[in-house]
This record gives sequence, structure tokens and C-alpha cells, in this order.
Amino acid sequence: MLRHLGFMLWLAVSAMAISPEVWAELTVDITQGAEGAMPIAVVPFQQPNLPGDTVSEIVAMDLHGTGKFSIMRESQLPERPVPPATPDFPIWQTAGQEHVVVGRVVSGEGAGLVAEFVLYDAIRGVSILSERVPFKPSDARHAAHKIADMIYKQLTGERGVFNTRVAYVAASGYGNDREYRLVIADTDGEGDRIVMTSPEPIMSPNWSPDGKRLAYVSFEDHAAAVFVQSLSSGERHKVSSLPGINGAPSWSPDGSELAVTLSKDGSPDIYVLEVASGAMHRVTHDDSIDTEASWSPDGRTLVFTSDRGGKPQLYTVSAHGGEPQRLTYDGSYNARGVFSPDGRSVAMVHGGQGGYRIAVMDLSSRHLRVLSSGRLDESPAFAPNGQMILYTRKDGGLDQLAVVSVDGKFKQNIRVKGGDIRGAAWSP
Amino acid sequence: MQKWIKVLFSALLVVSVVGCSSKGGVDENADSDAAAKANARNRSGKYGKYGAGGANGGSGSGGRYGAGSGRQDAGPTGGVLSERVIYFGFDSEEVLPEYQNIVTAHAEWLAAHPDSNLVLEGHGDERGSSEYNVALGERRGLSVSRSMRLQGVSDAQMRVLSYGEEKPATSGHDEGSWQQNRRVELFYPPH
Repeated sequence: MLRHLGFMLWLAVSAMAISPEVWAELTVDITQGAEGAMPIAVVPFQQPNLPGDTVSEIVAMDLHGTGKFSIMRESQLPERPVPPATPDFPIWQTAGQEHVVVGRVVSGEGAGLVAEFVLYDAIRGVSILSERVPFKPSDARHAAHKIADMIYKQLTGERGVFNTRVAYVAASGYGNDREYRLVIADTDGEGDRIVMTSPEPIMSPNWSPDGKRLAYVSFEDHAAAVFVQSLSSGERHKVSSLPGINGAPSWSPDGSELAVTLSKDGSPDIYVLEVASGAMHRVTHDDSIDTEASWSPDGRTLVFTSDRGGKPQLYTVSAHGGEPQRLTYDGSYNARGVFSPDGRSVAMVHGGQGGYRIAVMDLSSRHLRVLSSGRLDESPAFAPNGQMILYTRKDGGLDQLAVVSVDGKFKQNIRVKGGDIRGAAWSP
Repeated sequence: MQKWIKVLFSALLVVSVVGCSSKGGVDENADSDAAAKANARNRSGKYGKYGAGGANGGSGSGGRYGAGSGRQDAGPTGGVLSERVIYFGFDSEEVLPEYQNIVTAHAEWLAAHPDSNLVLEGHGDERGSSEYNVALGERRGLSVSRSMRLQGVSDAQMRVLSYGEEKPATSGHDEGSWQQNRRVELFYPPH
């Protein structure tokens, strides 16, 4: 029902595109489905005491958004069991389903609620996961994400990331009304919250490894400066504001240091800044552009962009300094490298004939694979489980966030509120 | 079944894009300055600009949004000194011959007014990685400042500030727009 309402709104917004100043809810499509996805049915949860989106709908959407599951259409469900009733397994087998999720929302302590759900293996006809998730009525979405995390972990063996967040910068308005907003939101684009606004650009948000702070670049003083801001208190500190560029902050895996780009000594070079003391050491020494450093998960290596060879390519260097090694050779433009959480691959912006796309390189084979297909794709960021890459795209005049699976088989747009979307970052 | 997620989205964005693409080829904000003329020949005419309706404010930089729209500028005006924008080729920081007269005029004025200061704001187009574009924008600013230094301007009078692709002069996603965005803006901050 809500789903259909969403679709109608989408149509409505498409039609309204000719009338100005309209804000509306919009739905988002899956741009590319995945082959070999696991068939699973999520039976609508009974939730008489919880208005709004059904918990099961959010669970199904989360699972679908990974590209690893094929969700059975609600209209095709052969039955709708509600716990404690168990599914009639033969009819689910006939319907081609390997797994079935059933659940309901019941009253908990005080004003609280509890989502009870059971995940069944429909082939063997057994329960493989049965959990109770208590939650406040105002927090139903996060309860649903938690359930999706549990199911995802049970079926894939990997950590689910549905309760993580994304950070991005949205710019809107014209002339003197131009405004830049640093925003964090759930990975489905919901629950967005503005961290800070400025009439001057904000760039390159980067999450601290504990997820409690963001480092970013702000031009609010009509000069570039790197700030660190606590998300709980809002307290912020200017950690670098030297002459020239102060850019591309990237937290070390232990959260004590930031790699930054500074041009105080002439050309942009990579430095490592100890956040607590302000102590700094220089990592690269070159007259060319060196920027966009990102740490390997073990904290030993930085990957960065340099045009020391004439065109921008990725290089690696010890975080303590030393001789950089060139990493990329495919094409004339490779930039913004980021290590995968397991350290085995590096995602990047790869420029080619068709535009600027997100690519990933396997570090053992050095094979480069292009994952996205836009003209102006930027700002790759791995999900904390390494299975998806978040990025920004500009296609058809619409700026948006998007995710692509690391095998490139599955893509999904995450449209978020307003304007030019840039600088995507995925929380730990 | 799960093909659609509900998320909030601003239709304003759609509107602005539709508005731009449906706009006529005439740029209402183009003023008569030579830089705008020099660039006008490159304009495809099929893209519009943000900042319609008087954001120009006599800054000599054409219709725009972002820095400088209507801001106070303590610099000289009159003739070529009213020009404030120098445009660049793709992936280049070379000051093209057609803009050399602007650089020279400002350099001579600054050399004669050693108490005045200039901010050289470097910008790039939106292609590629944003932090790399900040570095490219700085290179363009340094290229102009180097030329001015050779013409007698003191380093102490000049500051380069690169915004990369963060403050585009125009909103389009085509070569015509990109040409407008690869630029250095000269800004004389008020005392």
C-alpha cells in the first residue's frame, strides 16, 4: 500500500518537475538487478500498534539493496503466516523460495514495542534464527535495520551495515543564498540530520574510526581549513589552517592521526597530523600535486593521488614517508583511492572515454574493474563490510548518492534532499 | 515488489535543471566586459546559468552563483581593470594571450598601490575528483600570481585561494559550462 503510494508520488513529482519550488517525497529505483540472488520471502509483519511503514517492508528493502537477495513480490506470497504459526513449507518450496521470514510487533515494557521474527529455511523446513528486538515506537526504522542486519549475517556470514550512516555535503541556492550543508543520514537516505551549514564550501567529510566524529574541510573563513567535529556535542576544532590548501582529511585506523593535504611549502603534499597534539610529519616531497591520501586498514600505508608522472595516478607510500610506488597504470586518470576494509583492494575514480567512473583494483592481481557507468561519478567510499561502494553521481542533471556492489552486478540510487550532492562518506 | 524506496527528495533540483535546459540561448547576465565576450564564443547556448536576476552586481564576472556575487570589492574599475576573471583551457594553468592584458593591468595597478591586496581565487570544472581539482585550481591561481610577480607585484600583496569545483560559475554539465568554470577570479578584499 505505502509502496504504491510511493510510486504514485514518484510519478507525481515527475509531472511536477515543470512547476517550481515543489518539495515532495520521491521514490528511487533499483538501476540494475543482480543475477544469482538468493530467493527470500518476507511476509508482512502484523503490527496493529505501530502505524506507518511496516517493519517487514524496511527489512525487505534493506536486503534487496545489497543485491544478494531476490525478494518475493508481496502479491505473489502463497500465504501470510503470523507467529506463532509456522509456514507451510511445501508451498514455499513450490514457490521457489529458499528462506521465509515471518514476524509481528507486540507490546513490550512500558510504552515500548518488541519485533519478534523467525527466519526459516524453507527447503529443510526448520527455523534457523528467532529473535526479539525491543524498540521505542519512534525508532521503528532502526529496529527494522537491526533485524535486516541479523538476517543478513545469518545468511551471508558477513556483517550487515543497515544501521550504519552516510555523510555527504549538499549545496543549494543561488547567488548570495548559496548554502552548503554537511549532512548525515541512514544508508537508505532516511533520518537525515544537518551537522553544519555554511555560505562557503564544505568538502571531504571523513568519519573517525569510532563513528563519533567527522573531519572535513570548510572555507567559512575564506580560506581552506580542516575541522574535526563531534557528532554528539557538536563541538568543533580547527585542526589545520596553514597558508594554501588544507584538504582531504583521512583518519588513521586507530583514530589518533589525520592524513591531510597541505600546500604551505609550495605544491600540495601529504602530511600526517596527530590530532591531540597537533604534531605533524611530512610524508611526500614532490613539486607535483600529491593529495587525497587514504590509509590501509593496518595503518602502515597511504594510497594517494599524484600527477608526478604527468597525469593523475594512484601511488602508495609508507605512512612514515619514503619512496612512493606507482599503483595504477590503466588509463590517464586515476584518483581518490581508498582501501577496502580488508586491505585487499583499492577503489578509485577512473577517468576514461565515457567519463569518470568508480573502479576497483585487486591489489594481488592488479586487475582494474570499472563498476559504475556514469559520466561524472566521484567520491568512492567502501561500506564497513566491504561489500558495497558508495559514490556520488551526476546524471541527467540529477545529483545523487549511489551504491554499487563490489562485483559491479548491483547498483542502486539513494536520492537525498536537495541540491548538488558531493563528498560521500560511509560510517564505520 | 521491492523496487521502490520512499525517500525525501527535493523536486527543486529537478526544477532547476529543467529550468536551465529550457532556457533560451541568450544569457541575460552577460555583461559587456571583454572576458565575457571572449568566452561567449565558446558558449553552446543550450545551458542556462544560476544566479539569474541581478547576481551580477557589476563584478564583471558574468551571471553566476557562489563567491563574489554582489560582494564588496575594493579594487580598481574602469576599462580593462573592471575585468576580474581569467579563463583557462582543459587541464591547463597557462594564462592565455587573450587574458594577458587583464593580468598586466591589475599587476601594474597593484605595483602602483603597494597597500592593496589581491586574492586570486582558483577554480576548476567538475570533472574528476574534487580534492584533485582543488590542487588544479591552486595551480591556476599560482600561475597568475607568478605572472603578476614578474610584473612587479609583491608576494605580500597576493594570496591564492583555491575552491576547486566547489563554486562553479555555471551549472551545466557540458564543455561550454566547464569552460566557464575553469577560471581564476581576482578579488580585492575590502580593507
